[in-house]
Amino acid sequence: MQSLEGIVGGLKIRNPVMLAAGILGSSGGSLRRAAQAGAGCVVTKSVGARPRDGHPGPTVVQLNCGLLNAMGLPNPGYKEFQEEIDIARIGGVPVVASIFGADKEEFREIASFITPDAFELNLSCPHAKCYGAELGIYPDLVETITESVKNEVNVPVWVKLTPNTSDIIGLGIAAQSGGADAVVAINTLKAMAIDIETGTPILANTFGGLSGPAIKPVALKCVYDLSLNLDIPVIGVGGISTWEDAVEMIMAGAQGVQIGTALYKGYEVFQDIINGLLCYLEKKSITLEQLKGWAWRQCETHSYQNPRVTRRDTTNKNA
Amino acid sequence: MVWIRGIDEIPMSFSNLNEITVSAVGQATQSLISLKPGDGIGLRGPMGRGFVLKGDNILLIGGGVGVAPLAFLGEQAQSIGIGVTSLIGFRSSRDIILYHRFEALGPVIITSDDGSTGICGRVAKGLKELDLDDFSQIYLCGPELMMCDIISRTERYADRIQASINRYLKCAIGICGSCCLDPEGIKVCVEGPVLTASRLLQSEFGKYRRRSSGSRGPCRD
Repeated sequence: MQSLEGIVGGLKIRNPVMLAAGILGSSGGSLRRAAQAGAGCVVTKSVGARPRDGHPGPTVVQLNCGLLNAMGLPNPGYKEFQEEIDIARIGGVPVVASIFGADKEEFREIASFITPDAFELNLSCPHAKCYGAELGIYPDLVETITESVKNEVNVPVWVKLTPNTSDIIGLGIAAQSGGADAVVAINTLKAMAIDIETGTPILANTFGGLSGPAIKPVALKCVYDLSLNLDIPVIGVGGISTWEDAVEMIMAGAQGVQIGTALYKGYEVFQDIINGLLCYLEKKSITLEQLKGWAWRQCETHSYQNPRVTRRDTTNKNA
Repeated sequence: MVWIRGIDEIPMSFSNLNEITVSAVGQATQSLISLKPGDGIGLRGPMGRGFVLKGDNILLIGGGVGVAPLAFLGEQAQSIGIGVTSLIGFRSSRDIILYHRFEALGPVIITSDDGSTGICGRVAKGLKELDLDDFSQIYLCGPELMMCDIISRTERYADRIQASINRYLKCAIGICGSCCLDPEGIKVCVEGPVLTASRLLQSEFGKYRRRSSGSRGPCRD
């Protein structure tokens, strides 16, 4: 029997299939339920410094190719959130707190107060003013924010990256330089939908983030590039809804995968993916470690193009 | 989910085929009742699980605007030969809605908080007029504290009480988690909004409810 147990991003987990941030993660009860349904670890809804109601509705648009959302980071504030983390822990798997702030001080304030098993820094939410990707598209901010949280806590720190950039590798390198234990890629892609009856953008926030099957190929490419160019692990997220998707993501170089939008099918999706992954490893007679990055090795075998980058020294660009 | 363009999107139950009944309690419902003929709304749904008709003699218990989906349910029941009795309560005689529809279904007991019509007092006061053993299924809809009051007095029948409950819904498709009931994490938008009283008795229902931020607040309606 193959084992899915391992260490991902500094956390010892029973399997690499995790609950993604922002999905069924605002209460300890629903996080615990994800753990009991099989998730290897659970990531909470992002918590910030103060309570926020989020955007008014509609906050989601259901599309054939995926899901569009602009929740607006609703959360009760970190001071009320430890209780939810404690309840989630009853599920028996590591609880990762996703946190967001407007600057490094706010990130540090939150990280110093709550005590999860790891942190995931939300530097990638595409639709909340002054937060998420508004900071996360700047490598220097990614690095300093990561560094300030790392200096504050004694648990692993993951950084969730935005694909809404021309250079996600640069963001990954910045997180790594800041001391991140892993990067998580990707958050949603900026997108919108319009009501053709009246011309009104459907999301109350005008635009939001696209998730689900439509973004899986984008996520795969980001994970492939990041994992080839970073020394720290990459956790893949974006459109994974079946075990085949998970296999593909791990082949691209992911050490773990997160499941988000696919949870609309129910918590059973965890067990389906885990079982499928186990059967696949069995059938191929390989370990999870051997599966990781299989696509890089095939590229080398076939002499395909390899996107490993040689980074220019940016300080000399005006020389 | 009903979208009032430019304002919000809110969960609503049908009170008839192609009909919703709205009481202005907040900005979204106020905007809804201010719409004029020819104005439009957006619709997403249907979502979740509704009432399930069971047995041959049922009791409807409703409070305030919560009576609206029960009238519709009662008519469906009657059309397939199920006996229907109703216990409906309002603040005062001025607030009575849909009375004629309940009257057409069968026996009706009415209560009012101020005594201006029917039995004076909360809806639960009307329970004394009924023998709950007569009913194969009991359907509840109304303010949370009213439903909680009824359920706590009829615990013996909890597995045959179906209650339509209200929580703050954002995605309405079971992924955002804003409507989940503690401690089990029941997703009200997809597993509800109709849940059996036996499940509700094990939950936060009647004790607290989460605000839009996810913090815990009182469950007054």
